[in-house]
Amino acid sequence: METINTTRRTLLKGTALASVLGITGIVDLLTMSQANAAWSEVAFESGSVGDVMKALFNEDLTPTESADITLKAPDIAENGAVVPIGVKSTMPGINRIVILVEQNPSPLTATFNLGKGARADVSTRIKMGKTSDVIALVEADGKLYAARKNVKVTIGGCGG
Amino acid sequence: MAGIKAKAKLKGDAVKVKALMKHPMESGLRKDKKGNPIPAHHITEITLLAGGETLMTANFGPAVSKNPYISMIVAGPAKGDELTIAWIDNKGESASTEVVVK
Amino acid sequence: MGYIKMIRITALTILGLILFAGAAVATPEGDRKAFSDFYTNRFSDIPASDFVNGVYAIDAASRVQWEQIEDFPPYELDIDDGEVLYQAPFANGKTYASCFGDDLSVIRGKYPNWDADKAIVMTLELAINNCREANNEKPLKYKKGAIAQLSSYIAMQGRGNSINVVIPADSSAAMEAYENGKEFFYSKRGQLNFSCSDCHMSNSGNKVRADLLSPALGHTSHFPVYRSKWGGLGTLHRRFGGCNKNVRAKPFSAQGEEYRNLEYFLSYMNNGLELNGPGARK
Repeated sequence: METINTTRRTLLKGTALASVLGITGIVDLLTMSQANAAWSEVAFESGSVGDVMKALFNEDLTPTESADITLKAPDIAENGAVVPIGVKSTMPGINRIVILVEQNPSPLTATFNLGKGARADVSTRIKMGKTSDVIALVEADGKLYAARKNVKVTIGGCGG
Repeated sequence: MAGIKAKAKLKGDAVKVKALMKHPMESGLRKDKKGNPIPAHHITEITLLAGGETLMTANFGPAVSKNPYISMIVAGPAKGDELTIAWIDNKGESASTEVVVK
Repeated sequence: MGYIKMIRITALTILGLILFAGAAVATPEGDRKAFSDFYTNRFSDIPASDFVNGVYAIDAASRVQWEQIEDFPPYELDIDDGEVLYQAPFANGKTYASCFGDDLSVIRGKYPNWDADKAIVMTLELAINNCREANNEKPLKYKKGAIAQLSSYIAMQGRGNSINVVIPADSSAAMEAYENGKEFFYSKRGQLNFSCSDCHMSNSGNKVRADLLSPALGHTSHFPVYRSKWGGLGTLHRRFGGCNKNVRAKPFSAQGEEYRNLEYFLSYMNNGLELNGPGARK
């Protein structure tokens, strides 16, 4: 069928890793939306949160603030080059988590696309250019939720 | 193994997978000592698989720290199962490793 | 209490006061005790053994971030590379084990030491290059890269051992090297006219801009170090150079006499503490 073939080809192209890994299990890739699995230059180069939203969701969506999202981030980053961030949520039906740093030149930092059995409990270490809100977006059942935390980034005195 | 190191541990009913990736994660915004821009060179996609089935993927931009770290939790794999984790970057370079669930 | 015991206790108290004031009866062991006491008094709720963790022993907020990084620290990649480097034979077929012996766990704890033949302080990094040159291999640069990775592998193998730097009693030259290192620590330098002790002793726990000054006690235990700022691994002498530049002093050369003597003094001050390298710092 035409639609499936096109989607399959686009998915394979979009997920460059597929060819690297020699994945033959195409069915599983089809369960993830095309946009999710591919690295989007437009989204990652967008210069504002609004533009990131448009790139990811086709409109400048306003997410619902949710207390069901636990965003772990320090109050004061020890070093802006390596800031440990964790995002966790027990909401049902989560398919994607997005981390944004509002004041970074390109706010979109990372996205996590949850597949079969994957829990909404991820962490990484990020760069922050200056004091900024870190925003965690959680996409669940077609709706968008968010939590944010302000992280201070200071200038140290002991370089060397 | 070079390029990525992973650990996987069963905790309760799910497996925590942690990985450390060797990568400069250049944003393309920095300049070298002569004032020439250092080209963007960063991981773009990470995939976690079990038995050829994708459990999770992540997309990183250059704002993820150098020598990136990722942790994920997945239900399904059992102790002794082998997982595969791999990354690819914007230049098409890649690395992958297998990790046994402990 | 017995009369003799009272006299002894009084004498020891007076001796302690003299040592603390840094006067006539100075011995390296006396120096070390006074040094350690300074910090355990200044940070009275922290046991001496904790000082090997630097600022993380005295600041809870940064400790949390450090522990998160230590969960899977970036230096693990360097340790793996270091292992490959260490196990690879030289062109002549020999390996590092021919210089350092087969027991990996004891190597780190042997350095720094007084090399009586060469009449200098021998450090681990210098010994690595001596081994290379003895086997017709080119020496490595001393601040980062392969030397740091080899050092990180050896440090990891030696973790948990007690620091035990020895100043041979029969060597006035060794004592002189120790004294030179000690003098370096307390001497002002650079445009900013600071000594190591100005920041890391008198002002330890205070801030310089947004950085907390770490106590000098425990400083050498965790090297080589992966610094977030460097985005990579570096040696102790790399850090010495950086610190000297911070006070706008011209740095001395890595593995030159000044820094090796400083390492000798600082490591001696850590005798009894645990080796915990390689480390992760900001």
